[in-house]
Amino acid sequence: MPLITKPNIADTDEFYAKLLATHRGLSEAQSHALNARLVLILANHIGAVDVLDQALELARDGA
Amino acid sequence: MAYAYTPFPYVAAPGLSAPEPRHKVVIVGAGPIGLAMAIELASHGVQATVLDDNNVVSVGSRAICWSKRSLEILDRLGVGERSVTKGVTWKVGRTFHRDKEVFNFDLLPEDGHKMPAFVNLQQYFVEEYLVERAIELGINLRWKNRVVSVEQAADSATVTIETPDGRYSLEADWVIACDGARSPVRGMLGLDFDGELFEERFLIADIEMQGDFASERLFWFEPTFHAGQSALLHKQPDNIYRIDLQLGWDTDPEEEKKPEKVIPRIQKVVGHNDFKLDWVSVYTFQCRRLRSFVHNRVLFVGDSAHIVSPFGARGGNGGLGDVDALGWRLAAVVKGTADKACLAAYDRERTYGADENLLNSSRSTRFMSPDAGAERLFRDAVLHLAARADFARPMVNSGRLSKPCVYPLSAPDADLPQGAKPGAVAPDAPIENDWLTEALGGDFVLLALGATPPDVTGVRILTPTVTDTLRKRYLGDQPHALYLIRPDQVVAARWISGTKADVEAALAAAWEGR
Repeated sequence: MPLITKPNIADTDEFYAKLLATHRGLSEAQSHALNARLVLILANHIGAVDVLDQALELARDGA
Repeated sequence: MAYAYTPFPYVAAPGLSAPEPRHKVVIVGAGPIGLAMAIELASHGVQATVLDDNNVVSVGSRAICWSKRSLEILDRLGVGERSVTKGVTWKVGRTFHRDKEVFNFDLLPEDGHKMPAFVNLQQYFVEEYLVERAIELGINLRWKNRVVSVEQAADSATVTIETPDGRYSLEADWVIACDGARSPVRGMLGLDFDGELFEERFLIADIEMQGDFASERLFWFEPTFHAGQSALLHKQPDNIYRIDLQLGWDTDPEEEKKPEKVIPRIQKVVGHNDFKLDWVSVYTFQCRRLRSFVHNRVLFVGDSAHIVSPFGARGGNGGLGDVDALGWRLAAVVKGTADKACLAAYDRERTYGADENLLNSSRSTRFMSPDAGAERLFRDAVLHLAARADFARPMVNSGRLSKPCVYPLSAPDADLPQGAKPGAVAPDAPIENDWLTEALGGDFVLLALGATPPDVTGVRILTPTVTDTLRKRYLGDQPHALYLIRPDQVVAARWISGTKADVEAALAAAWEGR
């Protein structure tokens, strides 16, 4: 299954704002920890290893 | 009750007064692996001579968790039932983060196996039973015989041995190094390990106490009684408990072993001071192996060939896997019924098995002792989520417990249950008044289920009544099947309908180690 790289969230601005709101009031270390948990939660939801592989590759690109 | 060590009698070797005739097999090391190796060879008609630099069984509990497969192997060697009777059977493991349980597992929820998932039994008991069995079988055990050099010729090896009465030499067709993680024989051959050394130390201690801990494996990440570190508790027979405590790398091992340091730590784990310290040791995590386990006439078995960090019970169990894979092959080579080229299959299969153990063990170590940065971040994220969401619980890694590996064989296969595919250990099942693993024994067996087996030389036929359990584990939806099973009880090939020629070809391939 190909990784969806086209826009796929109905209201991207709304999601982005929620993502920031979720982090509000946290220290940098707490934010890093939250992001790590979020990665694990979303990865489990996706489940498909081939999709996850492509996501890992895209995330690493340019790092 | 603390174990009472009885020294084995030292007897002056015949080689001290006159040269001994060339031996077939000399085994260096009378630990559990060396002893099991000697008994396994004896069961195939080859008498080995075992040399040990000491004259007592293991000091301290050391290897304590014996897996189902190891118990099946020990059973074939004649000490399985005794080990299970004496040992503490357990199958539940509980993992805690801080003081809250985040995950538990039940290892063998399936009925119809002679042996339980795991038994905790101190290495000294296993060695005691194996020594008694070896003596019963007339195996020559030479205590206080320390190997000081090994020299190889094209078709033999010579060991020089130091004893209380001086030195002598033995020439042998084969030398098997079962001399442990620090293997002197490995050093004498100038060989070294490849792999990872982790900067992490654990303290292990045996304590004697009247405890009320259940027969379960308890593992803590960052418990309040040992802040920021990990801890493991295992129950053993005779009111002995094993405690493993992570120390961190910046500690002095000699200092940490002192009772005045150890006792307060253990008091915090068990919550009182009503216990007696029986044994303490400190170890460093290592996940390393020899590139090859076969070096002309010197064969490496057990910890001398590979070492892993201990949280998957993959050391002793991995060593018994080696014994299983080597015994039948080496015995046949010694007796001249197989070519020595088949030992390459021992090397191939057991380096594969070792790599699986090393991989699992490295991953556990990384989880238990993460580097600062992303490793630590994700480890903590998993532990945080594990208390809140099911999906994160299997990610918690306090050791992935030893299971026999499935060898990658290219052998005849058919649409039959995956658990009994070629390369896997034949799953146990009750048959008539017996167990399948017992009935398989140590021969090549043609297991015919609902089928009339062809008559093949060199293969024993087994035709048990097809029960529901056998059907589930070996037939699935098929009406009948034939399984060729090796002397190490690994499935060599299988067919829904196999001919005499099919079985003969698979048998030849198994003997040639293809």
